[in-house]
Amino acid sequence: MRFVDEFRDADKAHALAAKIAALCEPGRSYKFMEVCGGHTHTIYKHGLEDYLPEAITLVHGPGCPVCVIPMGRVDDAMHLAARPDVIMTSFGDMMRVPGSQGSFFDAKASGTDIRMVYSPLDSLKIARQNPDRQVVFMAIGFETTAPSTAMTMLRAAAEGLSNFSVFCNHVTIIPAIKAILDSPDLRLDGFIGPGHVSTVIGCRPYEFIARDYRKPVVVAGFEPLDILQSIYLLMLQLSAGRSEVENQYSRVVPWDGNVVALKAIGETMELRPYFEWRGLGFISHSALRVREKYAAMDAERLFSVPGVRVADPKACQCGEVLKGVLKPWECKVFGTACTPETPIGTCMVSPEGACAAYYNYGRMNRSRVPEAARAGQS
Amino acid sequence: MTTDQAGEAGQVSSGWIADALREHDHSQRPENPGGRPALPVTDREQQVLDRIDRARRRRPRVREERITMSHGAGGKATQTLIKAVFLDAFRNPLLEPLEDAAELRVPASGGVADGLAEARLTLTTDSYVVSPLFFPGGDIGDLAVNGTVNDLSVSGATPMYLTAGFILEEGFPVADLTRVAASMRDAAAAAGVCIVTGDTKVVQRGKADGCYINTAGVGVITRDISLGVAHAQPGDAIIVSGPIGDHGVTIMLARGELDIEADVVSDTAPLNGLIAGLLDAVPDVRAMRDATRGGVATILNEIARAADVGVLASENDIPVRPEVRGACELLGIDPMYVACEGRLVAVVPGNSAELAVQALRAHPLGAQAAIIGSVVADQPGIVRLKTAFGGTRIVDLLVGDPLPRIC
Repeated sequence: MRFVDEFRDADKAHALAAKIAALCEPGRSYKFMEVCGGHTHTIYKHGLEDYLPEAITLVHGPGCPVCVIPMGRVDDAMHLAARPDVIMTSFGDMMRVPGSQGSFFDAKASGTDIRMVYSPLDSLKIARQNPDRQVVFMAIGFETTAPSTAMTMLRAAAEGLSNFSVFCNHVTIIPAIKAILDSPDLRLDGFIGPGHVSTVIGCRPYEFIARDYRKPVVVAGFEPLDILQSIYLLMLQLSAGRSEVENQYSRVVPWDGNVVALKAIGETMELRPYFEWRGLGFISHSALRVREKYAAMDAERLFSVPGVRVADPKACQCGEVLKGVLKPWECKVFGTACTPETPIGTCMVSPEGACAAYYNYGRMNRSRVPEAARAGQS
Repeated sequence: MTTDQAGEAGQVSSGWIADALREHDHSQRPENPGGRPALPVTDREQQVLDRIDRARRRRPRVREERITMSHGAGGKATQTLIKAVFLDAFRNPLLEPLEDAAELRVPASGGVADGLAEARLTLTTDSYVVSPLFFPGGDIGDLAVNGTVNDLSVSGATPMYLTAGFILEEGFPVADLTRVAASMRDAAAAAGVCIVTGDTKVVQRGKADGCYINTAGVGVITRDISLGVAHAQPGDAIIVSGPIGDHGVTIMLARGELDIEADVVSDTAPLNGLIAGLLDAVPDVRAMRDATRGGVATILNEIARAADVGVLASENDIPVRPEVRGACELLGIDPMYVACEGRLVAVVPGNSAELAVQALRAHPLGAQAAIIGSVVADQPGIVRLKTAFGGTRIVDLLVGDPLPRIC
């Protein structure tokens, strides 16, 4: 298939593996964080780690939209959905995220009107078809999905639709990366930058990482060769003692981002003073809410939500996994009490979650390609 | 949360890390990397993998309080439901192998005089709730016939007789029902089976979705064979009879919810002719399954689990039409899990593999048959896939419900 197979070429992967291995200094180990859950998924789905030397460890970051939604917000959404006048609409990923009283799927099985949509525009369609009900869109995700929520709100406003609203849980990636960089317990050598987020925000927001923290950043695409090449670029920077922001995904990511999308977000949403991230706690200025001007489309203003903070189950170590402090299998409930079919923590729910990716794809004895196995040997 | 908490969170941007670390220190876990420096990483990881393996082999239990759509998706939840509820309630030696059809031995008329002490029959049943009822390449009628014909055929039997039960919703157009019946008639004729008894029920509007069909079927085993996925052995080859995922993708697109158009039609077809040719050429076939709900991935897992062997498949060798692959890429679905209605997976001894592929390719329905993998001794219970990219990953049972009501 064109535009796909080119980026999954095994011969090129072997060539890159050899180049990466050649850059490994004997006795040195390297830790790179792929910030985005989409990257985590690609890495496991294609078995990319087979191409990496033992000295290189990939640390899975917090960029999985459903993984960072705290239990309290799920409960709030359930509270909204339970109202007889409300039709709750949600992306499929969100359907299995456990709140303290079960997931959307469980609520749906008990008769709550929750519908899965592929785009917020589908919610708009449902709103037009059900003028007597309030259709709430469960908005989640980073800057990647925020523009589509914003555009949908703008369209609803243009149409004068009065029964569509948004339960806004959009988060922003930079404060989360900053928090990880400030964390004393994690030593990272560089970042594989989130490609989809960067299509919106561009590459400039990462410059502080290279400048202030002296860590290289390579914004990467989502095919396996993209990621392998990005690791190569990171290794090149490290071997030359550089720390810069590079754009491997230039076929999609403009350096300055997508101005139209950013304007739409800015028009409809503003930063919250603080927001709770699952497992990570409160991070200031890390999420978006609906602007006063669009209050009529803000489900939080239209309906009262309990807004109660619900602590994660004690056994759950999603926070450490999201920060990259623990590998998925190091969590004490991983794979036994917490599995994709009965997840305790969010990292086990979404296909982009580090735990789900490892459980579904990586739970086995791995063998490295010869190029990677030879790394560090002189 | 209170205003105090808010202020705190606002002022100390990395306060959450300290909290998380405190919690972390509290939990005296053996795997705690900050704790005792016990085993090397690979050994600790292996311990966890072993622990998971033990957990996966435990008796399944349904944890949900209510049925969710996942219970019907053909993946993990379906298997758990079947084992924990139905197998527990009905347990008997004929049901226990959980094959597509049960094998029954009944005294044969004429008896020992004919040299046959007993006849070997197979019995199966399946319900059809596909939505939409009519889709490119078929409808619920031929699906209901072919599905049951195929369940009998993969058990090594010659399908003979079918039943047909209808649950109809008040208001369902008679013209549609006539159309469904006609396509059942044609499908039965094509497969060489007779529909010999049936049942009709009508429920109030809203209590069903137009038309549901149940068919049961009886077949007879005339060959001296014993098939079952538990017979798979290291060294065996795994073959698929053609491109996978056509049916599932067709149904998904036919619903029109995705605004994707592609030139795909359902692969619904009776497999008895194809299978007869295969068994004529390779009498020592070990097992066959038709790849319906849960797709090829589910069958590979059933092989690994039932025979306690490893399965190693190669992504490059699995036939998938470009249209199907394209739709799956767009939707983030793995074709390995997408249903087929006219494809089979066969396990054959390694030295018969080429012969089996030739036999399948001799039939129009098997023209693109291919060896997709092999049975191996290491990592029993686990299906591994060599990806087109050249890496390796696990292919597990499906969790959740990407494509509801495909059959």
